[in-house]
Amino acid sequence: MIHLEIDGREVTARPGQTILEVAEEAGVRIPTLCYLSGLSPRGSCRICLVEVANWNGKLVPACATPVQEGMRVVATSPRLTELRRRVLELLFAERNHICAICVSNGHCELQDLACELGLEAVRVPYRFPGLTLDASHGKFVYDPNRCVLCGRCVRACSEVEGAMTWGFSGRGIHTTVEPDLGGPWGSSETCTECGKCVQACPVGALVERGKATAEQEKEPQLLAQITERRPRA
Amino acid sequence: MRRLEVLLCAGTACLSSGSRAVRQALIEALSAHGLTQEVRVVETGCMGPCELGPVLLVYPEGTFYVRVKPEDAEEIVVEHFLKGRPVRRLLWAGEAPPLKELDFFARQKKVVLANCGMIDPEEIDEYIAVGGYEGLIRALERSPEEVIEEVKRAGLRGRGGAGFPTGVKWELVRKAPGAEKFVVCNADEGDPGAFMDRAILEGDPHAVLEGMAIAAYAVGARQGYIYVRAEYPLAIQRLERAISQARSYGLLGGEVLETGFSFDIELRMGAGAFVCGEETALIASIEGRRGEPRPRPPYPAQAGLWGKPTLINNVETLANVRHILLQGADWFSSLGTGTSKGTKVFALAGQVRNTGLVEVPMGITLRELIMEVGGGVPEGRRFKAVQIGGPSGGCLPEELLDVPVDYESLRQHGAIMGSGGVIVLDDSACMVNVAKFFLEFTADESCGKCTPCRVGTQMMLGLLSRITSGQGTEQDLDRLEELAELVGSASLCGLGQTAPNPVLSTLRYFRDEYLAHIHERACPAGVCTALIHYRIDPEACRACDLCRRACPSGAIEGVPGKPPYLIHHRLCIRCGACQAACPFGAVHKLPGRKE
Repeated sequence: MIHLEIDGREVTARPGQTILEVAEEAGVRIPTLCYLSGLSPRGSCRICLVEVANWNGKLVPACATPVQEGMRVVATSPRLTELRRRVLELLFAERNHICAICVSNGHCELQDLACELGLEAVRVPYRFPGLTLDASHGKFVYDPNRCVLCGRCVRACSEVEGAMTWGFSGRGIHTTVEPDLGGPWGSSETCTECGKCVQACPVGALVERGKATAEQEKEPQLLAQITERRPRA
Repeated sequence: MRRLEVLLCAGTACLSSGSRAVRQALIEALSAHGLTQEVRVVETGCMGPCELGPVLLVYPEGTFYVRVKPEDAEEIVVEHFLKGRPVRRLLWAGEAPPLKELDFFARQKKVVLANCGMIDPEEIDEYIAVGGYEGLIRALERSPEEVIEEVKRAGLRGRGGAGFPTGVKWELVRKAPGAEKFVVCNADEGDPGAFMDRAILEGDPHAVLEGMAIAAYAVGARQGYIYVRAEYPLAIQRLERAISQARSYGLLGGEVLETGFSFDIELRMGAGAFVCGEETALIASIEGRRGEPRPRPPYPAQAGLWGKPTLINNVETLANVRHILLQGADWFSSLGTGTSKGTKVFALAGQVRNTGLVEVPMGITLRELIMEVGGGVPEGRRFKAVQIGGPSGGCLPEELLDVPVDYESLRQHGAIMGSGGVIVLDDSACMVNVAKFFLEFTADESCGKCTPCRVGTQMMLGLLSRITSGQGTEQDLDRLEELAELVGSASLCGLGQTAPNPVLSTLRYFRDEYLAHIHERACPAGVCTALIHYRIDPEACRACDLCRRACPSGAIEGVPGKPPYLIHHRLCIRCGACQAACPFGAVHKLPGRKE
């Protein structure tokens, strides 16, 4: 057993567990975005950053950092809330996140995070990129303007479905998620139309065609339900 | 009978300035005068003073010729090789002192670069003749633990930039559980203006192979990889040759030197992403995945290449190793300062007389490095700042020239040792623009994985562009500092974590210049085109009409023969064509916007 401290509480953990898993068991809430139970952690959105007091206050992603003996983790503090809010602000400004006209309005993880972290206004300028919507698929629609580049679709597609249709393309601010190294999605030869990417997507970037906003609720927990039922290697 | 050896630099810089043609001309001239048996021409690695290339060195006496052209070959052969009179006009500064006494070389301490420019990097026998692979033999005579102890005692630290103690890293990999381990040489050198590793790989490739073999023996690895950028074709070619020669001599492969130790090396080419110099991104790239970093821990020492314990060291770090084994930890730690031991290779670039490659002991001051080794800024210009450490580094002003070059001192003042890029800036450089240049580089090279680096650097760039285009406010500086704090603390890897450094260091030492851009709408250095204007001095103008004819935007008004001429600022695009065209020096570039 590993002994560590989260927000001043002494907790025990099994080797190989992450800070996030241990915090959840202990009832400590750490907000996340790119993390999704059932998929490998990516540690890229930086929303779940926590501070390790005895590593010189180093900031690490709770979702991707394995626990270590004697670790003193700060998961809740005004500084961390502010930091997470700032990161979230950047995500909002990066693409065109306008809730009022979004099909995921009301059941969007980005929106939920803004409420939870108290993000009332975005102070950095919106970039308003004009990315092309891909509605070529018979069952789903991909709007890169609403993508947060969490990579949950990419991981769901490769790790759970095994189709590897989705992948990252470009780099830096030009990074996008694309089917078969460049769309349109409708003519993809690898897509199995399973829809796991849509269920994994935390925002309105991947949605089911023809469903109204009120019907668009997703079931991201499906991914963990599938992987938990599989025999372990 | 060999009488003379001509060492001709065949580093990338000299090759670009034509050393291949010089070699051909020399060989032809030698053969025309029947000297082929008496004079041997050897192509070597980089000698250092790249600005003066192509350079060649004639032994035994050590005559150093600079800026040699193919048409000089005949004269060198006839005058020098036949009649014994060095060609004065081709000597450095027209003098013929021994090489070691030239200012550029006298202050240097060549350890890692000792063989560069002295041996033929394509011949393993030449490397062995100067003590090559003896370090490996010494290592194999001892236990791996003793080798690690020696490197720890020497105090060698990572030369890739971060300065992690090399021996400690080796020990971590040695102790990491697992039967299969790897050694990786990070040769993905990418800082703008830095070419230390390229010079070592091109000039002394076996030193890197030997360092890797010693490291592999110490940590218990059987396979090594050199991750080298594909933009270094000559380095790749020489490495390939060196690896195959070392294999044929039994220095690599199974049963190295007939001991129980086996180790082999393969090359892996990088496709040109700066971020692949970050160790976890480098691993992803070798494994054939997208070159993206991942969060650490776990560190590569625990779980690296294909999840196995992996030692990743930089080219220069590995090239130091054999010297520690040969001359001992005490000798190595006698060089340098309390916490920074040995020497460091720097690539001097920018507004400095002697641009090129230099190796100096740690602890030398920036002033000695730039003013003495580098020869200071060219005539008529004033030193303004030194950018050290590449895009992760910072700009230090003249007041800090006496700071010693060691890991801690540089970091304390907002720069870093980095991999060794040193760019000297004179009074013609705008510091806001310099910060913007480096941030453009990191923003462009950001892999896009984590939010702060991907989006934050763009937002910072937006603010800097506002300032350089004359739309900045003082509030923008606060925003810039807030964003710099966020990007620096919340980014996933070193690229993002250090990306704000050029901005933060210029804000710290050159805030006045930012404020001039904001309050006076003026670029004091005259670089930011939105914040300058041109003026024709009516006293000096001769109404020759050249400026009016050169102006691409029709902004100049005047009648030939009837001075003065006038510039309409509203039409002027501040391209400077008028200033270049004026034969009388009557057109002046001045800071400040004029409508």
